[in-house]
Amino acid sequence: MQIQIPELSLIALVGPSGAGKSSFAKRHFLPTEVVSSDYCRALVSDDELNQSVSSEAFDLLHYIIAKRLKLGKLAVVDATNVQAEARKSLIALAKEHHVLPVAIVLDLPLRTCIDRNAARTDRNISGKVIQHQHREMRGIIARLKKEGFRQIFVLRNAEEVEAVAVSRTKMWNDKKHESGPFDIIGDVHGCFLELKELLGKLGYKVTKHKERNLFDKHFGYSVTPPIGSNRKVVFVGDFVDRGPASNEVLRLVMSMAKQGTAICVPGNHDDKLNRKIGGSDVQMRHGLEQTWQQLATEPPEFLKEVRKFLEALISHYVFDNGRLVVAHAGLREEMQGRASAEVRSFCLYGETTGEADEFGLPVRYNWAKEYRGRAVVVYGHTPVLQPEWLNNTIDIDTGCVFGGQLTALRYPERELVSVPAKEVYYEPTRPFEAQAPLLSLQQENDDLLHLEDVLGKRHISTRLIKNVLIREENATAALEVMSRFAINPKWLVYLPPTMSPGETSVQPDHLERPEEVFDYFKKIGIRQVICEEKHMGSRAVVAICKDEAAALGRFGVQNEGIGKVWTRTGRSFFPEDNALESAFLQRFCKALSNADFWEKHQTEWALFDCELMPWSAKAQGLITNQYAAVGASAKAALPAVLSAMKAAEARGVEMNGFVNSYGERLAMAGQFVESYRRYCWEVASLDDYRLAPFHLLATEDKAHFDKNHVWHMEEIHAICNQDPGFLLATPYRLVDFEAPETVTAAIEWWEALTANGGEGMVVKPLDFIANRESEKLVQPALKCRGREYLRIIYGPEYTLPRNLSLLKKRSLGQKRSMASREFALGVEALERFVQKEPLRRVHECVFGVLAMETEGVDPRL
Amino acid sequence: MLLSISTTYQPATDLGYLLGKHPGRFQSKELPFGNAHVFFPEASDKVCTASLLLELNPVELLKSGSNNFDGGFQLEHFVNDRPYVASSFLTTAISKVFGSALNGNCKERPELAETPIPLVAELPCLPVRGGEAVLRRFFEPLGYEVEATQHPLDEQFPNWGSSAYFSVRLRQNIQLQHLLSHLFVLIPALDHNKHYYMGKEEIEKLLEKGGDWLKQHPEQEFITRRYLKNRGALAKEALSRLVVEDEQAEEEETVDMKERVEKTKLHDIRLRAVVEQLKASGARSVLDLGCGEGKLIRLLMPHGQFDKIRGMDISLRTLQIAQRRLNLSDASPAMKERIALFQGSLTYRDARLDGFDAAALVEVIEHLDEARLDALQKVLFGHARPSTVVITTPNGEYNVLFEGMPEGKFRHSDHRFEWTRSQFRAWCDKVCEAHGYQAEVLPLGDEDETHGAPSQMAVFQRV
Repeated sequence: MQIQIPELSLIALVGPSGAGKSSFAKRHFLPTEVVSSDYCRALVSDDELNQSVSSEAFDLLHYIIAKRLKLGKLAVVDATNVQAEARKSLIALAKEHHVLPVAIVLDLPLRTCIDRNAARTDRNISGKVIQHQHREMRGIIARLKKEGFRQIFVLRNAEEVEAVAVSRTKMWNDKKHESGPFDIIGDVHGCFLELKELLGKLGYKVTKHKERNLFDKHFGYSVTPPIGSNRKVVFVGDFVDRGPASNEVLRLVMSMAKQGTAICVPGNHDDKLNRKIGGSDVQMRHGLEQTWQQLATEPPEFLKEVRKFLEALISHYVFDNGRLVVAHAGLREEMQGRASAEVRSFCLYGETTGEADEFGLPVRYNWAKEYRGRAVVVYGHTPVLQPEWLNNTIDIDTGCVFGGQLTALRYPERELVSVPAKEVYYEPTRPFEAQAPLLSLQQENDDLLHLEDVLGKRHISTRLIKNVLIREENATAALEVMSRFAINPKWLVYLPPTMSPGETSVQPDHLERPEEVFDYFKKIGIRQVICEEKHMGSRAVVAICKDEAAALGRFGVQNEGIGKVWTRTGRSFFPEDNALESAFLQRFCKALSNADFWEKHQTEWALFDCELMPWSAKAQGLITNQYAAVGASAKAALPAVLSAMKAAEARGVEMNGFVNSYGERLAMAGQFVESYRRYCWEVASLDDYRLAPFHLLATEDKAHFDKNHVWHMEEIHAICNQDPGFLLATPYRLVDFEAPETVTAAIEWWEALTANGGEGMVVKPLDFIANRESEKLVQPALKCRGREYLRIIYGPEYTLPRNLSLLKKRSLGQKRSMASREFALGVEALERFVQKEPLRRVHECVFGVLAMETEGVDPRL
Repeated sequence: MLLSISTTYQPATDLGYLLGKHPGRFQSKELPFGNAHVFFPEASDKVCTASLLLELNPVELLKSGSNNFDGGFQLEHFVNDRPYVASSFLTTAISKVFGSALNGNCKERPELAETPIPLVAELPCLPVRGGEAVLRRFFEPLGYEVEATQHPLDEQFPNWGSSAYFSVRLRQNIQLQHLLSHLFVLIPALDHNKHYYMGKEEIEKLLEKGGDWLKQHPEQEFITRRYLKNRGALAKEALSRLVVEDEQAEEEETVDMKERVEKTKLHDIRLRAVVEQLKASGARSVLDLGCGEGKLIRLLMPHGQFDKIRGMDISLRTLQIAQRRLNLSDASPAMKERIALFQGSLTYRDARLDGFDAAALVEVIEHLDEARLDALQKVLFGHARPSTVVITTPNGEYNVLFEGMPEGKFRHSDHRFEWTRSQFRAWCDKVCEAHGYQAEVLPLGDEDETHGAPSQMAVFQRV
């Protein structure tokens, strides 16, 4: 006997003890696929015969089965299942997870069971029990079907059991091997002319046959895909009703299906027609009456063919390795690729609540709002004015029969192609939304972020690093920062990564030097790097729009100006001064307009990574509480110490060289004060600020990580030229490791910069995302800071040899790893943002960067 | 870093005996956090000066002390004023280097140790929290003539203002032991900082060094509080009270005790009013959003009407304190079912907030940027939708009545706004219209005729 089961099903073995269920399961299934009640009894009580723990054991059994089914894994229940109660709970489980319940009954003679049991040495069940179980089997087979088992196999004796072969069949909705390209067409509703036109526009050639009833070949048409392509049409269903030529549409679609140029899923109207042809008493409403009249003009054999065609339609399909799902009314993630009456009903009608709207139409629960699945879901059913992406789903029913359009979605291109209806064939019960809404469907849906999308331990998959782990405690800390201090998450689409210094210098009186930085890149096979002057201000990310309309359109933000400036930790740069921020952005915007930036980049918004000077503008608290305080206290204390020492020395006390060393300390305190002073100036108005953009991160549809840094520098220089008093073009040098003179020149440049009190430079691989030879991500940038600047970071006296030698033992590993992961998250955030993915997908990455920043790392690095 | 003590007692060089240090020698002692040196810049019969120099090395300090910094790395741990100022490091050095003198012992001149002599103490860099007034309030009642010069933060940036550092000279006819014990207690109290973890033994230390004179000192309470770094709980020997109270106390630092009492009173009024509203609403399940350390929950607890109480706060640390204060960790299963706390945010949608009869937000909204209130409003009134919502917030109009409160400042450094009565009303109306609620706004605390009550409360009912 051949047992064929769907690859995703719940298999209940039914039979008394001693029937050989376990041996059968062992022979035909993986050990992990089989869950046995005896085993569960043993797990909870150490005794697999302990009947008193049955209730707990079955809880466990059901729990394991539920987990397997949820994950799309077949499960076999090895229990007697002779009692209706036991089977009922299995049917419920199968239904809950939309898998097919299958029963395999081992209905062996009582004698065989008792003998087998007696032969067992490991356990012994009394003959009475088996007899009882065997009696319960009576009549069972007749009931199984009614109970809900979709497939039932009965084995009557040992020979039959021996001869069985079990094979698995693919799910009918599984077309994962078909990857397209596809042209997915929305609800046609008998609009034949528009369908023909749309097919033409998509490049298909439609030929009408004179002989229209050669049903073994076609139904009146032949359709060939665009020349040189293997494209296929996928219909989302609702071929019929309301429109002028449902019969003709059926002829065309059925021809295409027969010839393999189209794949179809059924719509609710098709389903109803099918039932009508099958003789069911369905109401002749909602356009079925027209269809019925149109079909009356066809030969009766055609009606039989239509019936055959509709009867065979599968509720939905999963294509392209699970990346694409097509269903008439859409489909929740947990139902995709599964089969049950509920799945079919969802596919046909969508999700309703039983509620009716003012037009008497069912209120539809918009499942897409909560969709989190990875598969793109393309569907129709509910007419919309314009198809819009929402959480990776799209409704392409643009109401052709109501005078709208007939639309196709090209997959994987994600392009929409449509033709307008030639007339209003049917007055819509519910009028179309006349006015386009302010926000896109996605933006409206993104209005509030969900806590569950950020909290807890999370894995974020990014294009640069496969899997970035966010630890729970970091997410917890980040939530506080994000909620209490960060700007509106709709603006906050990017946070910059942290940056590591180069390896510690081998030169005795330096902590950092360019040589080590260059060595890092050279060693990993990077040939060219760019050295950019490191401005000493505060890191700032600037989102800027052409106008407030663009801010609303792209960021979904209203009444918050034309942009936003934020810090490394997502805080507003000008938290208490809206007027200043607004003036700041207007000035930047003007420079962009004057540079023809908007036209050149075909955009109405842009995102820049910048340094904002002076340092004292944002870090005033830090400077006065810490740096100036250190300077002031040193300058108050050290001269007093020195004069006391000198007085003692004048008295002839041997001061053991302390006088000199305190002279030195006083000098270093002076140098320290000089160092921080360089980066401070009073800010009274906008004119006192300087903005130095260094990355043009993104514009409409584009994240500019594919451009090298020279491109970024040049694009930005062009803007800075428009307002040099406000915008600072960053000086840079290119280094080619194969041209030693460029290396020497860059080192000399750094020495000159830092000798004049400059902070130092940032060295980056020429390409924004450097090609890597190994698995590890190349550091996107390394900093190389000047000797005097580092006095601010490491303290006035860090250059004393004993201090330096201690400081040189610093470890960069964690900092670098964080820099890589944060870089990957930042890139991911923007790539997702420009692809208009849901905000939660962008926010997840930005939140991740913030979470990483709560990690304890030496802040001096 | 430096303390100099001079005397004009004749013969002045007896100071060397009193301190147990030879005026002719440069003497050093190794301490856990650096080296202490004693030398005499002057040592004639007429005048004698002894200097105690404490050298801290910030790099070594970090190495040895990193365990003291509760896990976090902050830049200030690396670059700070500690090596240059008179701090608890210096007072520890006093007790190690001048230990006998501090205890009033002197083998060579026992009577002199018990005799008041003309003494001058000089501290070139003493950090004073609260300015010169506090400095004088601490030393003058003890009989000192105080000379003080405050240093600017940076002379090149006069706008930055003054630093906390003073060069101080203290003059008095006094026993050396008393001078040293005054410095021992008052230096850390002025600095308002301690380099070591404070345990119960700090109280012992304070009582020992300050025992006699502190009892007489008019600023006794202020000094005690400062010395114990405002760990009010320590003074009460209740170690459970930690960080958050600390922060609050520090902010209110300069506020008079009177005002502090008033603030506490206002908060009690507020909480009681909220409890009354919640009781009157008939709510059985209550959410305390922004529950902090659980003060409201504690008041709700005794009322059997509330059979489900949930506290939410954004800060995990605060929740841990609340958990401890409410004794939730060891509570009975029934209590745990009735009362629970969780971390959450009012700007994210959260299914855990669904299905409650009432929610209270006591002094919460003003801690959010106004721009983020839109999200809060949608989360709370749009999605969670409890039947009753009680929100309290300060009435900004009342601020003019707070003595010494600068104009345009808020009552708390984290307040993002303090609305007037009409601003609050307008916001409530907007919320009601958008989400189908009705709101009544009530005053909290004693009402002033023109400026209203110090605080205000809105009670929303779902329509």
